[in-house]
Amino acid sequence: MSDNQNDKQQAGSQTSGCSQVDQDKRNFLIATSAVGALGCAAVAVPFVKSMTPSERAKAAGAPVEVDISKIQPGTMLTAEWRGQPVWIINRTEEMTAELSKHNQDLSDPASDVTSQQPEYCKNETRSIKPSIAVVVGICTHLGCSPSEKMSRGGDMGENWTGGFFCPCHGSKFDLAGRVFKGSPAPINLVVPPHKYLSDNTLLIGVDTEDKA
Amino acid sequence: MTNNNKSQDKSQDKSKLASVMGGTLNWVDARFPLTSNIKAHLTEYYAPKNFNFWYFFGSLALLVLVLQILTGIFLTMHYKPDAELAFGSVEYIMRDVPWGWLIRYMHSTGASMFFVVVYLHMFRGIIYGSYRNPRELIWLFGVAIFLALMGEAFFGYLLPWGQMSYWGAQVIVNLFSAIPFIGPDVSEWLRGDYLVSDATLNRFFAFHVIALPFVLVGLVVAHLIALHEVGSNNPDGVEIKKHKDKATGIPLDGIPFHPYYTVKDMVGVAAFLIVFSAILFFAPEMGGYFLEANNFVPADPLKTPAHIAPVWYFTPYYSILRAVPPILNSQFPGVAAMGLSVVAFAFLPWLDRSPVKSIRQRGSLYKGWLAAFVVSFLILGYLGTVPSNVWGQFGAWMGGADRATVVARFFTVVYFLFFILMPWYTKKDKTKPVPERVTG
Repeated sequence: MSDNQNDKQQAGSQTSGCSQVDQDKRNFLIATSAVGALGCAAVAVPFVKSMTPSERAKAAGAPVEVDISKIQPGTMLTAEWRGQPVWIINRTEEMTAELSKHNQDLSDPASDVTSQQPEYCKNETRSIKPSIAVVVGICTHLGCSPSEKMSRGGDMGENWTGGFFCPCHGSKFDLAGRVFKGSPAPINLVVPPHKYLSDNTLLIGVDTEDKA
Repeated sequence: MTNNNKSQDKSQDKSKLASVMGGTLNWVDARFPLTSNIKAHLTEYYAPKNFNFWYFFGSLALLVLVLQILTGIFLTMHYKPDAELAFGSVEYIMRDVPWGWLIRYMHSTGASMFFVVVYLHMFRGIIYGSYRNPRELIWLFGVAIFLALMGEAFFGYLLPWGQMSYWGAQVIVNLFSAIPFIGPDVSEWLRGDYLVSDATLNRFFAFHVIALPFVLVGLVVAHLIALHEVGSNNPDGVEIKKHKDKATGIPLDGIPFHPYYTVKDMVGVAAFLIVFSAILFFAPEMGGYFLEANNFVPADPLKTPAHIAPVWYFTPYYSILRAVPPILNSQFPGVAAMGLSVVAFAFLPWLDRSPVKSIRQRGSLYKGWLAAFVVSFLILGYLGTVPSNVWGQFGAWMGGADRATVVARFFTVVYFLFFILMPWYTKKDKTKPVPERVTG
């Protein structure tokens, strides 16, 4: 091919010198440049991929077992699962009764956004047992961990009936992790897959349907 | 350096030393454009003679950049970019490394002072119309520098691995996950893990000490090359190149940068260093504004501090992020508004339709909007430093909304109106005629 091209170039240069475009040469340059650019893009792949989670990071996600017997009604415990805080909230009867009373103030009172909880927690209390809520304590806005504001009123204003307040951008959640309207957070907190191994032992990270 | 650089004529009275120096310079000049560059950028670079104190901040920004790079190099000699060791190594620098406290405080105070001088430098550009034709590219390079600087500050802030470092990084990286479709993958890619972790710290260190400083220095060079190509604007917004000395071609209103402005800038440097040292030695944390109290607590992935706020220089944009409510179950509008509030500056050269550049010839309409913008910027900046329930809640008539959030929403709108309405009010504004020559 290069011989052929040289011939043509010589032929071209006899007629009008530099003013005439040697189309073959130009095509050759465009083609080689394109191949070169593709090569550079291909070499970039390993570098870009090197920044994704490593095998070690991927492996660190095992389910965790939590003893919930010591959580007094009206208090909560924070467990760690995949490096994230998981709240286990023991709600009093008064608290669970309150949950159905402020539906009009919530963005998604019926937990219709399916990604936010397993099917078995799509209910009034967003939980397996009505009193025990299991929620990933990471705000759905930008990933801060909301502060516990479980008691009524206080600095949250007199209409506050208990829940969580994100210190980063002011999102508010109720005691089922459902987001109040007007919060920067768009959707309810995530309920992680979980199941009860016994009455007092909770396993976070594994579905009831999963074999365990 | 003497005037007879070229030293062609070997006159008798010239000392031997001078001739050796001249000879050396000739030798260099034949191989590297030293003298011609010194002339082009210093001794024969003509700047308008009417620069005022606003013109200190460009050279001060350069000074702070040098200080940051210098102190940064020495900090990397002792710092460990490892989630287990990072917090301790910073404390080690503060307590055990000889003079480590000084170098660390110079670096942390330097970061805040960088933004102080850059904000003043940008404000100078805005009031005197330094972004207008033919200086659009200088301005765009400047906006790019500002963005790189924000990145540099953000990456650097994670390194001490305190609570504020950790949760600040968590929030900012999650900003990317608000981008529709690709967002979550992008933020995971940035973190290199499912949460901010050792992997994140390690790469942020790489960005902070090598990647972004290179970008920053490159952009500063481009900024200066573009500036020296078209020449400086001035407080009158007059093009000094319009009136040149017929014989020499030198602008009549221009004076050589060196020695006139190098000497003037030294006064600015002296004043700046007085302020810088006062902060450095008497209030390095600046009451929690330069170094936040929560950052003296090691990072805890399970607990967000009760009150988190970015460092002061990010708070106006942070307020905007917080003020915009989610639309259609997505927090993207807030994130987009925040991004736009920073990038908006890049559009100024094309939004401003005024026949004049400088505020000196502008009318009250423009001045009013500028004042509204400055007030918005400051109030949003203040609100970003405090929790959104700081002023309590409105009554039921406003749906019990946080007062501070409503105020932030109002000033967010004003902030953007400054940009959006600019083509209109700059055109409608009653301007004064531009003087032919600078007014001194």
